[in-house]
Amino acid sequence: MQHHRYDVIVVGAGGSGLMASLYAAKNKNVSVAVISKLYPTRSHTGAAQGGVGAALGNVSEDHWEWHMYDTVKGGDYLADQDAAEIFAKDIIDAVYELEHMGLPFSRLPNGKIAQRKFGGHTKEFGKAAVERACYAVDRTGHMILQTLYQQNVKAGTTFFNEFQVLDLIIEDGVCRGVVAYEISTGEVHVFQAKSVVLAAGGYGRVFKITSNALSLTGDLMSIYYRKGLPLEDLEFYQFHPTGIAKLGILITEGARGEGGILRNDSGERFMERYAPSIKDLAPRDIVSRAIYMELREGRGAGKDKDYLLLDLTHLPRDVIEGRLPDITDFSRTYLGVDPVTAPVPIQPTAHYAMGGIPTTVDGECLANSSTTVRGLYAAGEVACVSLHGANRLGTNSLGDLIVFGKRAGIAAARYAQDAQFEDLPARADGAALDEIERLKSGHGTENAARIRKELQETMMDNVSIYRTDETMSRQVEILKELQARYRNVSVTDTSTKYNTELMEAMELGYMLDVAEAMTASALNRKESRGAHAREDFPDRDDENWLKHTMAYRDLSRPGEVNIGYKNVVLGKFEPKPRVY
Amino acid sequence: MHVNLKILRYNPEVDKKPHWETYNVECEPGDRVLDLLNHVKWYVEPTLTYRRSCAHGVCGSDAMLINGRNRLACKILIRDLTKDGGTITVEPIRGLKVEKDLLVDMDPFFESYRAVLPFFINDDPVPAGERLQTVEDRERFDQGTKCILCAACTTSCPIFWVNGRYLGPAAIVQAHRFIFDSRDKGTSERLNLLNQNTGVWRCRTAYNCTEACPREIPVTQLIEEVKRAIMYQQA
Repeated sequence: MQHHRYDVIVVGAGGSGLMASLYAAKNKNVSVAVISKLYPTRSHTGAAQGGVGAALGNVSEDHWEWHMYDTVKGGDYLADQDAAEIFAKDIIDAVYELEHMGLPFSRLPNGKIAQRKFGGHTKEFGKAAVERACYAVDRTGHMILQTLYQQNVKAGTTFFNEFQVLDLIIEDGVCRGVVAYEISTGEVHVFQAKSVVLAAGGYGRVFKITSNALSLTGDLMSIYYRKGLPLEDLEFYQFHPTGIAKLGILITEGARGEGGILRNDSGERFMERYAPSIKDLAPRDIVSRAIYMELREGRGAGKDKDYLLLDLTHLPRDVIEGRLPDITDFSRTYLGVDPVTAPVPIQPTAHYAMGGIPTTVDGECLANSSTTVRGLYAAGEVACVSLHGANRLGTNSLGDLIVFGKRAGIAAARYAQDAQFEDLPARADGAALDEIERLKSGHGTENAARIRKELQETMMDNVSIYRTDETMSRQVEILKELQARYRNVSVTDTSTKYNTELMEAMELGYMLDVAEAMTASALNRKESRGAHAREDFPDRDDENWLKHTMAYRDLSRPGEVNIGYKNVVLGKFEPKPRVY
Repeated sequence: MHVNLKILRYNPEVDKKPHWETYNVECEPGDRVLDLLNHVKWYVEPTLTYRRSCAHGVCGSDAMLINGRNRLACKILIRDLTKDGGTITVEPIRGLKVEKDLLVDMDPFFESYRAVLPFFINDDPVPAGERLQTVEDRERFDQGTKCILCAACTTSCPIFWVNGRYLGPAAIVQAHRFIFDSRDKGTSERLNLLNQNTGVWRCRTAYNCTEACPREIPVTQLIEEVKRAIMYQQA
């Protein structure tokens, strides 16, 4: 066992992790290291396309209050308004700061950062769409990831690449470090730390059709949950309206921001019926539900009527190829469809977790509705601050990474500067070693891949865009059965170097547990709000449900989930019916 | 349809040298090579080892030598490689040490990347808002910003195969991205680095790198532009 000591450990090297490490390291009194299960530039921040929303007003008048309002309304009033206010104000300077770091934003003729329209972003509190998304062609996330990695190279950040975190060391309410598995050697390392920032991303892979990378399996959310600590608002999971049909690969909302139109098989612009004022640029939950209804009512395209069409053919070739080159390439490569001349087959794709590890606005992880876990921080998709409430607006994920990744990094460094290293328990790596041993030496007959496939298919059937008591109750039982079968999984690859079969088996365990918390949270919430749409409870119910869910695993009764609640931070904007 | 997926396999804990294994796989013409590798790993031979993450050509994890050309396994479809009953060969990219099956040691590649100062350099006081840049100046270095560091170019380069000290196409593309950015002030430092015997003059314009790039970056042209910039700077 190798032992390391750093004042601050960051887990994950996407946008939020790289912001956290950069800003933690600006505090010269602390040492910082980043642990990633990938090479940092492989992180999924790089797949984000359309832009980062900030009220710069470069194209037309804009104000942070309008952005805050859109964020709160977009989140169906479940967003915490203290977080939304900090966010809408701070993201403006944060975008300038990225530009100062060299980020190659696209430019307007006057030399300023280019901005375009995006779903749910409006002027004058909902009057009309506004150009708020600051973009770098259609690879904004790629440029953010590259720029932040470059800045970390410049700063000399220490990276432990291809290390899979297997455990958090938390004793007496204090985080003392992490346990990680070095994928290249099979060695287990203990990283002692004064503070730890979790920035490990989402868990889209629990669904069959997803825009998420194969590596997004909810590892750190699950590790947190297994300790009896809460996950917040997991019932709110966003389906992006435009995934490439059958594959789920993301086609940016920027395509509609540039003028693209969604059509059904008869060519009708159906969003006019669902969101008369902003139509195709309605928030994602609304557009995804509209697509689902069109498909259900038999208006899908293709021989199986199982997809709809994103039509860009009325746009000039230079707009499509010039501002949307990557998605043009995806469509040509994977579908053989040229968006310049033919509409692109699309279907909703599992995209983003609004919920996650509950945190304060400084990224401090919460052990319940009021107490923090000392020394433990989280930011980005793994966390729930809650900026996005019940539904995230397009572009606000990149903004979230930048604003709250930075705040978590600064707070973690400030804490570490005054804290002492806490003693580690006698066998800090014990649980991780036992799990590896169980999977490698077991005699079980179950195949992890088959269980994973069943998980993904059943989650898609039972807990996706529309939900009912019946489908979710069924899923609770299915998950219990899959978890039981998971205990009989054994790994056939006995090697120590790059045992990716072992890693995938571990990831399946994480996915099953996050799915458990998600399904229990969704079954419990008896209303429809944002991305959580229940056919048996179709209306929003502020009287009973204007509150955050806190799902705790019952450690004494396996398979049981206890649900608690946390108040929503209200403020400037009173909850109102959400119409577009 | 069925294809034979012929994979060059190597497990250092067991094998003395790499050997071929062939898997007959049922697939659709629109499947990616990565889908086939996943099928073999998940249901046939779980020890098969390779890197993958995003599965749609943006993370750069799965560059491999497929039917003799460097490509991303997630961005090449079966129908573009073979017909029903045909064979697809998959080998690790060349010039980097094979660690296991299709997975190579990427550390030397990233060392070359770090050697070209791959970050924005400008110590002038920053304005309150953004630095301005014309549309034309932004366009000047656009090609290099597409790079996903997959190593398809560098590991297709015959010079890199015989001389691992050559920084290689990917590192030069990264340098180009900053050299031609009107906002950046590190140009002369970078040009001096690339003027060393590990730099651009090793390039013999074989064009392998340009043909290998899954992002369609005109890599050879960018290397030539750096060569010219060095000559103009000295003139």
